[in-house]
Amino acid sequence: MLDTSRQANELADIQNRLIFVKIGFLMLLVLLGLRLWQLQVRDGLHYQELARDNRTRSIILEPARGLLYDRNGELLANNIPSFQLYVSLEDIQDRNALLAQLPHYVDIDQQEISNKLSIKSRRGRVKIKADITLKEAALIESHRLELPGVVIQPEYQRHYPLNNYASHVLGYVGEISESQLKDPEFSDFQGGRIIGQNGVERTYDEYLLGEPGQEVIEVDALGYPKRSLSVQSPLAGDDLYLTLDIRLQRLAEDLLGQEAGAIVALDPWNGDVLALASKPGFNPNDVSGGISAKDWQRFLKDTRHPLTNRAIQGQYPPGSVFKIIMAAALLETQTLSAQEMIPCHGTFPFGRRIFRDWKAGGHGQVDLTKAIAESCDVYFYKAGNLLGIDPIATYARQFGLGEKTGIALPSERSGLVPSSEWKKRVKREPWYPGETISISIGQGFLTVTPIQMAKVASIVATNGRVVQPRLLKASRLRRTGALKEKPEPPIRQLPMSPQTFAHIKEGLAAVVTKGTAKLAQSEFVSIAGKTGTAQVVALKPDGDKDKNKEPQKEFRDHAWFVAFAPVEHPKIAVAVLVEHMGHGGSASAPLAKTLIEAYMGFETTQQPSL
Amino acid sequence: MSLMNDNVNRRGPDTFDWCFLGVIMAIISMGILSIYSVTNPQSTTGFPIYLKQATWMVVGSLAFLVAVGIDYHKLARLSYLLYGIGLILLIIVLIAGKTSRGSQRWIPLGPFAVQPSEFIKIPLLLLLAAYYGATTREGWLRRLIIPGLIVLPGFLLILKQPDLGSSLGFLAIFLVVILAVGMKSKAFGFVVLAALMLFPFAWGGVWGSLHEYQQDRILSFVDPNSDPGGKGYHGLQSRIAIGSGQLLGKGLYGGTQTQFKFLPEGHTDFVFAVFAEEWGFIGSMILLSLYILLFLMGLEIAFKAKDIVGTLLAVGVVTMIAFGVVVNIAMTSGLAPVVGIPLPLMSYGGSAMVVNLTALGLLLNVKRRRLSLL
Repeated sequence: MLDTSRQANELADIQNRLIFVKIGFLMLLVLLGLRLWQLQVRDGLHYQELARDNRTRSIILEPARGLLYDRNGELLANNIPSFQLYVSLEDIQDRNALLAQLPHYVDIDQQEISNKLSIKSRRGRVKIKADITLKEAALIESHRLELPGVVIQPEYQRHYPLNNYASHVLGYVGEISESQLKDPEFSDFQGGRIIGQNGVERTYDEYLLGEPGQEVIEVDALGYPKRSLSVQSPLAGDDLYLTLDIRLQRLAEDLLGQEAGAIVALDPWNGDVLALASKPGFNPNDVSGGISAKDWQRFLKDTRHPLTNRAIQGQYPPGSVFKIIMAAALLETQTLSAQEMIPCHGTFPFGRRIFRDWKAGGHGQVDLTKAIAESCDVYFYKAGNLLGIDPIATYARQFGLGEKTGIALPSERSGLVPSSEWKKRVKREPWYPGETISISIGQGFLTVTPIQMAKVASIVATNGRVVQPRLLKASRLRRTGALKEKPEPPIRQLPMSPQTFAHIKEGLAAVVTKGTAKLAQSEFVSIAGKTGTAQVVALKPDGDKDKNKEPQKEFRDHAWFVAFAPVEHPKIAVAVLVEHMGHGGSASAPLAKTLIEAYMGFETTQQPSL
Repeated sequence: MSLMNDNVNRRGPDTFDWCFLGVIMAIISMGILSIYSVTNPQSTTGFPIYLKQATWMVVGSLAFLVAVGIDYHKLARLSYLLYGIGLILLIIVLIAGKTSRGSQRWIPLGPFAVQPSEFIKIPLLLLLAAYYGATTREGWLRRLIIPGLIVLPGFLLILKQPDLGSSLGFLAIFLVVILAVGMKSKAFGFVVLAALMLFPFAWGGVWGSLHEYQQDRILSFVDPNSDPGGKGYHGLQSRIAIGSGQLLGKGLYGGTQTQFKFLPEGHTDFVFAVFAEEWGFIGSMILLSLYILLFLMGLEIAFKAKDIVGTLLAVGVVTMIAFGVVVNIAMTSGLAPVVGIPLPLMSYGGSAMVVNLTALGLLLNVKRRRLSLL
């Protein structure tokens, strides 16, 4: 029993030691309890946030852009469904694998993906490619498991059913750029947003954009959507009715054909822009569908500058068209009366120089009407010399030259109306009287844009009513469905006498009936107009001094024709400029005539061709 | 002797027994509830996992009754044989076992797969109790080296699978039993106790100071699958799950972390995270209290056992369960690295359920026979 008692002693020993085991376990479990308190109570909110971020993805729901129509309800821009390729940054598991794999399925450069993914944010979605093809979308969907984080989202893609037509007016849309994101104007926007980048898409972006919605979805660990937590539906943008008459717009562009140039047609009474054509154009569908960097560079480097809207950005000397303003200045300042006869022998000596008339031998005895009709240069050399530069500049400005018309399109240029003050300020030289002689026939420093000249025509047509050219006729609010007409813009009356305009109009009518633009004479409608030839002096290379040589096309003069019709009750004012086509009477006048006839409802079967 | 035991056996269960059973069933139910919650949406085909677990609970309960019924002294005498069979099974696993997620742990048995590394724990508990209970083991050799050499092959075979968690559990049982037996050296005992107590935390501390690649190296050496997602993904998602449960929890099915698979293995090793996410701090405390109650009852049994075999068997069982609970919760709450240790009675797994219930049956066996000599 010794063994038994020893065993009993040992049992007691062991059982006494159990207290250590007990305390040990209890302490461990208390520590675990404290740890759980720390995680769940003290830091619970923090982990709650982490859990929410873990499982939710917020997706911007792009609103449908407002549609664009012409004044008659013809569709100019709409939205078509398309597939957009996104990468959800939280769900990328292997960046390099993604970079390596994606180009197998989608036509995209590895470098381009890398650039798009190089933004600082670690959250949210980045658009990798817009408007992927159905085939690409199908390929990606079938390899979805290998591409965690890649999301294909059906979205609306801007579409321009008329392709190249009206491209400069409509503009295009595109993803908001890095530099725009830094601009305070776009401070409300997030990266990846599609915004208007040019044309009315840009100027009326605030109406067209609509309000994006947001959907918060719950996703699992692989980023697959499980369910929708909240949806804030996007609000589509307002539809806009432009003042354009797309029939006229198409005709204008077709008339220009392959030539570079611009045609602007206005309703002289309210400033409605009926047509605003600039050639060469571009297809906004190509640009809006997420143009690749390479294609964009190609566009920008095109020497014919297809993206330039010549109607508002092209600055050309007005040439003889400026004689309209000279005439107004002469009569208003009573420097010459309309009836006063000026002899023209084909030359105008001034100082050491001799200024020539375009017609060798001259026009004989010339009054204002004849001077305008035959575009007598000597008459206006003399007039300019009598007037002096600053009164000329004042009247030019009255007609809206030297300043932007304020048409709702981006990047309009103002042209230039020189004055003695301007010369001193900019060129740091006094004005030389000889320079006034050049200005008198619309050359020299003077430059204008086609839309400014259309405005001049409409001012004359309406006896001095100045209106701002406008592009927006009405808008349909998506919220209410109500069609809201834009109020007509305010009208300013020039402080000039009706007689002045009557004399000018008489001259302009004679231009077409018996003057320099007989090609513009219509059997259906009376047209008044003025031809012009803008010299392309500045473009000639220095080495080319040979005056007798027939100049290459790019050094030929630009052809102007500015008109309104009908003469008695004008309904349309037109400015036509065709680059490097020489004389306005032969190149531009027939285009204006066809356009006016079409607008007045007289379709001609045969269109003039350049 | 056997007559008296029979008398004891015929006595009906007392309040303690019912309490003991109630705590066990409560924990198992919480486990099944969590498994139900996390696997419910995906159980479109086949037998739902939570029902499988319930089935294992029934099987385990039968094993529990058997373990209560057969005198633990008889079982202790069979322990060497059982341990030997266990070692042979572990060798078979190594040679012909079913590989799942990179480690060989299972022996296919019809529609099931048996995990010998779980089952060998029962012979281990019995063997240690039998060894120290037979005679007084004097001296370092008999007290530490010989039993150590007996335990070592099991430990190494499990480690080789590799199953770091189970092998550490194996070691923990041995160490606590030695601690209980005493080394006649207070210093040694204290060191063992301190080491055991600080083990998960020291581990966490040392671990945290290592570079990631060092951790990766160590982990991939001992267990290539400890963290398949890499970069502490499981650990973080588990902490988020537990923490986001906050005070009151997100309710049944409400656990977004686990429901949406941010935290994988929600029904096995990370079942505690599922539970804590859905039932919050309150739920976690209730669960922790149930475990504490279970350990205190187990230690009470050990304290009142009539002989050394009984005491050491009880201590072993409590250690086995407690080790699983402490390391698993420490792991899911980010105090210890993620090593695959299931939460006893809660994690899904047939072998573990049967083994744990068998062990708890042995515990009750010890209690119900403590009065036999008095």
